[in-house]
Amino acid sequence: MKKPTYHIKSYCHIRENTVSLNGVELFVGNGPNFPVFIKSVYKKFKVDYPKFFKMDNLSKLAFMAAEVLLTKENLGSGVDNNIALVFANRASSLDTDRKHGASIEDDNSYYPSPAVFVYTLPNICLGEISIKHKLFSENSFFIFDGFNAEHLFHYSSSLLDLNKAEEVLCGWVDLDENNYEAFLYLVSKDVGTKYSVKAINSLY
Amino acid sequence: MTKIYVSHNNIVSCLGLDSETVVNAVRDELSGLGLVEDAALLPVPFYASVLDREKLTVAFHNLNPKKNYTRLERMMILSLDEVVKASKLPLNDRVGLVIATTKGNIDALEGASPFPRERAYLAQLGMVLKDFFGFQNEAIVLSNACVSGILAISVAKRYIRRGVYDHVFVVGGDLVTKFILSGFNSFQALSTMPCKPYDEGRSGINIGEAAASVLVTSSKENLAEQSVEVLGEGTCNDANHISGPSRSGEGLYRSVHSAMQEARIDVKDIDFISAHGTATVFNDEMEAIAFNRLGLGRTPLNSLKGYFGHTLGASGLLETVIGMHSLHQNTLFRSLGYETRGTSQPLNVIHRTTPRELNVFLKTASGFGGCNTSAVFKRVKDWNKERR
Repeated sequence: MKKPTYHIKSYCHIRENTVSLNGVELFVGNGPNFPVFIKSVYKKFKVDYPKFFKMDNLSKLAFMAAEVLLTKENLGSGVDNNIALVFANRASSLDTDRKHGASIEDDNSYYPSPAVFVYTLPNICLGEISIKHKLFSENSFFIFDGFNAEHLFHYSSSLLDLNKAEEVLCGWVDLDENNYEAFLYLVSKDVGTKYSVKAINSLY
Repeated sequence: MTKIYVSHNNIVSCLGLDSETVVNAVRDELSGLGLVEDAALLPVPFYASVLDREKLTVAFHNLNPKKNYTRLERMMILSLDEVVKASKLPLNDRVGLVIATTKGNIDALEGASPFPRERAYLAQLGMVLKDFFGFQNEAIVLSNACVSGILAISVAKRYIRRGVYDHVFVVGGDLVTKFILSGFNSFQALSTMPCKPYDEGRSGINIGEAAASVLVTSSKENLAEQSVEVLGEGTCNDANHISGPSRSGEGLYRSVHSAMQEARIDVKDIDFISAHGTATVFNDEMEAIAFNRLGLGRTPLNSLKGYFGHTLGASGLLETVIGMHSLHQNTLFRSLGYETRGTSQPLNVIHRTTPRELNVFLKTASGFGGCNTSAVFKRVKDWNKERR
């Protein structure tokens, strides 16, 4: 059976203090660390979404990358946008896991917080994006030792093959201590760059 | 279209180290939940299902391990070993490995752990399992909250349909740790009693630890006698709240709809539901609303949390295995802990373990991040004829 062909409509990077869309630099920050930088990104793109400030670092990173990419797509409100979310990374939610771990390490300062604990799962960032963009769609979060274009390609294609989604927002969102990197792209049945493992790797 | 089966299976839990022993305990309505008083885990006593350390050590030793393995790794290896052996498959490049876990070796972050902190990286867990068995392909680790175990079967199925693999081994596991207990306790979600899913007196969850494994395959050769066909599956987000279930059960409703549409079956074809039923007030109420919206309010239903507690990333897989045995034994297993209806809408919660001819069951799970996964399984009746 011949497999159908899909296309990459657009893509977004957030890394090294820079936000870019389809390879074009949109914003360069000069924050000394990730929290300061991502707040400047939030301000630059005028998001106006107070829940952003409650999110952990991984969710903030994933949320802003999705925001930059999906704003361009002009998703209609009131309609069901069947865009699946397929994300992967290396460090899972370890950045927040370490925070929760520190809050319970010492019996004399044992203060676990539900607001921190809820973010000790990597897929919470998918929930944050789903809430913002009203996506009632397929969600999955995978962990690999490094960027794995082959997996992203096959799994997102399978969702389109099986009509589980009309489009897939796909990519790598990793945050570990001072290192962060987001690369998201939107795959659809429409026109664009022909979808392949090679195409993913070259855009990454 | 290629048919996909869930075949050989294993459960490692406090009720036993293989599916048969565990299922017999469930049929005898034995609960694995017990009172734990261990301030190193939680300052207050709690109910949980905890694997006996000594039993695990002895059973794992029989595999002649050459290296040191964490507790979770030992559970997962022990579980997967039985399934790999029963499958009689050579582990070549057509065979995949999917691992479902929420927290993996999170106890490696604790000061007292003899393992390096890097062991908490989930890809390391993948490499440890890959190397132990000699899989050729990199492990696909799925960490999608409490739907991970059942979603892992979807992932395996999709990979096979895509033509990447012919067979996929799926293993799920999570531990009872200080990390998890302190977190759920901070949410005031832990019950101080054995949990009572769907009951009016329910007061929260118990955490459990387990590992479960299955073979997902497109081949009819050497199918296990409890084998089921995956008729359909789907995952949908609530798009509502990251820690609270949707009031209308939107994501669960949509995921069941997605699974049933793919399965091309009707509500009346579902013989029972193996539901999530964590025994929190909000989760069980949400499920009752979603199932009634789907016309499934009268379908026999159980939650197995009264036997195992909530085993997190393992739960969906473990409960699927029990469901497979339920079909094979033509027996509806009691939803332990349930006495009186405690949801605003009716549910047909299974009061007592009952013989009944069964063909199809629906498995559902819901988790933090607003995720919901459903899958429909049908027994392979002529497994004996279909195997060589």
